[in-house]
Amino acid sequence: MKLLSFKGGTHPLERKELSSDAHIKRVEPPEIVYLPLSQHTGAPSKVIIEKKDEVTVGMKIAEGDGKISVPLHSSVAGVFMGVVDYPHPLGEKKPAMKIKVDHEKTGEWEGKERDPESLSPEEIIKIVRESGIVGMGGAAFPTHFKLQPPPDKPIADLIINGAECEPFLTSDYRLMMERTEDILKGVDIIRRVLNPERIWISIESNKMDAVEKMKEAASTYPWAKITVHATKYPQGSEKQLVQSITGLEVPDGGLPFDVGAYVQNVGTAVAIYEAVRYSKPLYERIVTVTGSVREPSNFLVPIGTPFEYLIEQTSGVIGELKKIINGGPMMGIAQVTGEVPVIKGTTGILIQNEEEIIPGQTSACIRCASCIDICPLNLMSTELYKFISMDNFDRAEELGLLSCIECGTCSYVCPSNIPLTQYFKYGKAMIAKRRK
Amino acid sequence: MLQLSPAPHISSPKSTKKIMYGVIGALIPALVGSVFFFGWRALFLVVLSVLTAVATEWLFQLITHREITCSDGSAIITGILVAFNIPVNSPWWIAVVGSFFAIFVVKQLFGGLGYNIFNPALAGRAFLVASWPSLMTGKWSSPVHGFISGLDGMTQATPLTILNMSPSLELIQALNSQTMLKALFVGNVGGCLGETSCLLLLIGALFLFIKRYADWRISLSYIGSVFILSGIFYLVGVTPVNPVFHILSGGVILGGLFMATDMVTSPVTTKGVWIFGIGGGIFCVLIRIWGGYPEGVSYSILIMNMLTPLLDRLQPRIFGR
Ligand code: SF4
Ligand code: SF4
Repeated sequence: MKLLSFKGGTHPLERKELSSDAHIKRVEPPEIVYLPLSQHTGAPSKVIIEKKDEVTVGMKIAEGDGKISVPLHSSVAGVFMGVVDYPHPLGEKKPAMKIKVDHEKTGEWEGKERDPESLSPEEIIKIVRESGIVGMGGAAFPTHFKLQPPPDKPIADLIINGAECEPFLTSDYRLMMERTEDILKGVDIIRRVLNPERIWISIESNKMDAVEKMKEAASTYPWAKITVHATKYPQGSEKQLVQSITGLEVPDGGLPFDVGAYVQNVGTAVAIYEAVRYSKPLYERIVTVTGSVREPSNFLVPIGTPFEYLIEQTSGVIGELKKIINGGPMMGIAQVTGEVPVIKGTTGILIQNEEEIIPGQTSACIRCASCIDICPLNLMSTELYKFISMDNFDRAEELGLLSCIECGTCSYVCPSNIPLTQYFKYGKAMIAKRRK
Repeated sequence: MLQLSPAPHISSPKSTKKIMYGVIGALIPALVGSVFFFGWRALFLVVLSVLTAVATEWLFQLITHREITCSDGSAIITGILVAFNIPVNSPWWIAVVGSFFAIFVVKQLFGGLGYNIFNPALAGRAFLVASWPSLMTGKWSSPVHGFISGLDGMTQATPLTILNMSPSLELIQALNSQTMLKALFVGNVGGCLGETSCLLLLIGALFLFIKRYADWRISLSYIGSVFILSGIFYLVGVTPVNPVFHILSGGVILGGLFMATDMVTSPVTTKGVWIFGIGGGIFCVLIRIWGGYPEGVSYSILIMNMLTPLLDRLQPRIFGR
C-alpha cells in the first residue's frame, strides 16, 4: 500500500500505546467548573445570565459576539456564581464563568431530534453556530464561519482530519474506533453544506485498525474515501494534509480553500452531527490524559473541568509532577497551574515527571542543517534564528518567517536544543507589533 | 514547581555531543591504521595534538570568561585532524603549533564553535605548510611495513610528490600500477598520518553517513568531481596518472570524507551542498595540476569554506510561494 506523505517532517516517539486501548470514559463533573469566555479564535462570548441563576446541562449562558465568535453553553447543571479571573490553558488569567455543580440534576443530554436531510445549508450553518461549535483539533476556529468559504472558491476536496500526528494523543483515535458511524454522519452534513467533488478521511498508518473500521463503515457512504498517510509529524497540519492528498501547495499566506480544499477534524464532524441531529450544543469533549500518570485515559469531559481533577481520575502521577501540558508534546503549552480548565480546543493533557522533562541546556548552532531538512514549509530555520537573535526582523521576514506554522519540528530535531520555534513565535509577534 | 519551558516538550535523541563523539569514533579506524603503518609515533603526535587543541580552547574560554565547552568533542576532532594532516616524522612542535593555531586563531578568534568560517584543522595545516614548507612536504617517511617495489629509490617521497618532480616513464607506470593503487587504498604508502589508508577512512565515514553525522552528498560530489575532472585530464594527456590514483592519493579521501563535511563550514542547503562539493573537487584538481603544491585538497576546501556564506543564500523555495 502506498502511503500518502509530504516533504520534510520527522518521527518522534509516538507513545500512543499508553492510552490507545483505553475506552472513552465519561467522568463525573467536579464540584465547580470554570468556563472561560474565550475558548475560540475570535471575540470572547458575552454573558447572558445573572449571578445566582440556575443553569442546566447544555443551556446557553453566553452569546457569541460578532461573526467570528460563538455562544457558550453550560456543561453541567448548577448555579452560576459569577465571572471570575481564572487561569486559562492558553496563558494568563482570563474571565471565566464559575458554576457550582449540582450533581443530582447533571445528567446526559436530552434534546429534540431532527432529520439532517430536511435542513438547508443555511439552517445547518445556523445550528452549528448556535451550538457553539469550533474546530476540535486544537485551533478552535469557529466552524460556522469556516463552513462559509467565499463563493468564488468552490470546495473540490473535503478532507476529514483523523491523522492525529501529535505523539501521545489518542482522543481522535478513540473517536474513530468508537464513534465511526457518527463521524461519517457528521461528514455527510458537512458534505451537504459544502458540496465538494471528493471527500477524504485521512488517517495515519499507525492507526490501521481505525482505517479498517472506517473503511467498513464507509461502505454505506460511497462518497467517502479513506486515505492512509505515512506516520510522520506534522502530517495533521492543514497545509501538509492538503499537499499529501491533492499534491497542491496552499499558497503562502493563503488558506486551503485557495486550492479548493477544506479540512475539518474528525471530532468536529461528530460535534456537528450531535448538534444537528440531537440539538446538542458543544459542552463536552474527549480529552486524552496521558504521560507519567498511572492510568492513561481518554475521558469524555464537561468543558470547564480543571486539569488537576482529571489528573486525579487517572490514579495520579508517577514520580514527581514537573510539567502539565495542554495538548501534545510538540505544540502543547506548559501550564502554570493544574487549576486551568478544559476548553473546547483541549485535545489532551500530557503529564511529565522529572525523568520525562527535557533539559533546557542549549549549545551553539553547529549548522548541521537538520532543521532545514525537516521544515515542512522549506524554511531556513537556522538562518531565521540567526537573524531574529540579532533583532533583524526584516531579513527574517524576507526569509519567510511569517509562513512558519510553529509546528515545533525544528526545535525537536536540533541537536543543540535551540528553542527555534520559540524564537519564531517571538519574531512573528515582534513583526505584528511593529505593523500596528 | 511546574516547569514552563516552550513547546516542543520532547526532543530528538540526537545531540551535538553525540555527533562530535561519533565523528571521533569514526576517525579511530584510520588512527589505528596509522599506528600500524607508521608506528607509535603516530599515536604520540595525535595525543599531543589533541591535548594542545583542548587545552588551548579551555585556556581561551577561561581567560575570556566564556562558557567552557572544551569537552564538547569539537576540539578533540580538530586535534586529531591536525595530526592526521602532518607527516609522521615531523617534529613534535609542528603538531602543537598546528593545533594551537587551529583552535586559537581559526576557531576561537572567529567566535568559537559554529562561528568559524574555515575548517580549523585545514586552516591549521595550511598555516604549517606556508610557514615550514620543507617540514610539511619535503620529508616523508615510508611506512614501517615496507614499501612498493619499483619505487625503492623514492622512499623519501609520497606518491603524490613524486608526480611533482617530473618523474620518469617507469615511475609513472609504477604509480598507475594495480599494486600501487591497492597500496594506496589499503594504506601501505608514505604520506600524512591520517591519509594513508583510504579503506579505514571509508569505514569510519560510512558510519557517519548512516548516522547522518556527515553529509554523503558533499563527499560524493567532492571525490566524484576530482575523479571525473582528473579522468578527463588523464584522457587528454594533461596528467600522467589515472583518476583512481588521483582520488586515492594525498588527502582527497581524508578531506572529502572528514573535512569538507564539517557541518560548521559547509553550506546548509541542498543546492549549496552540491555546488560546494563539485566546486571543491574542481579546485583540487586545478591546484594539483597547475598549482605550486602537489596537494590541492586543503586549499580547495578552504576556498569553498570561504564561499559558504554565499552559497547559504541559495534559499530553497518556500512552500506555497
Ligand atoms: S516551527 Fe516553523 S520553521 Fe520550524 S519546522 Fe515548523 S514550520 Fe518550519
Ligand atoms: S538543527 Fe540546530 S544546530 Fe542544526 S543547523 Fe538547525 S539550529 Fe543549527
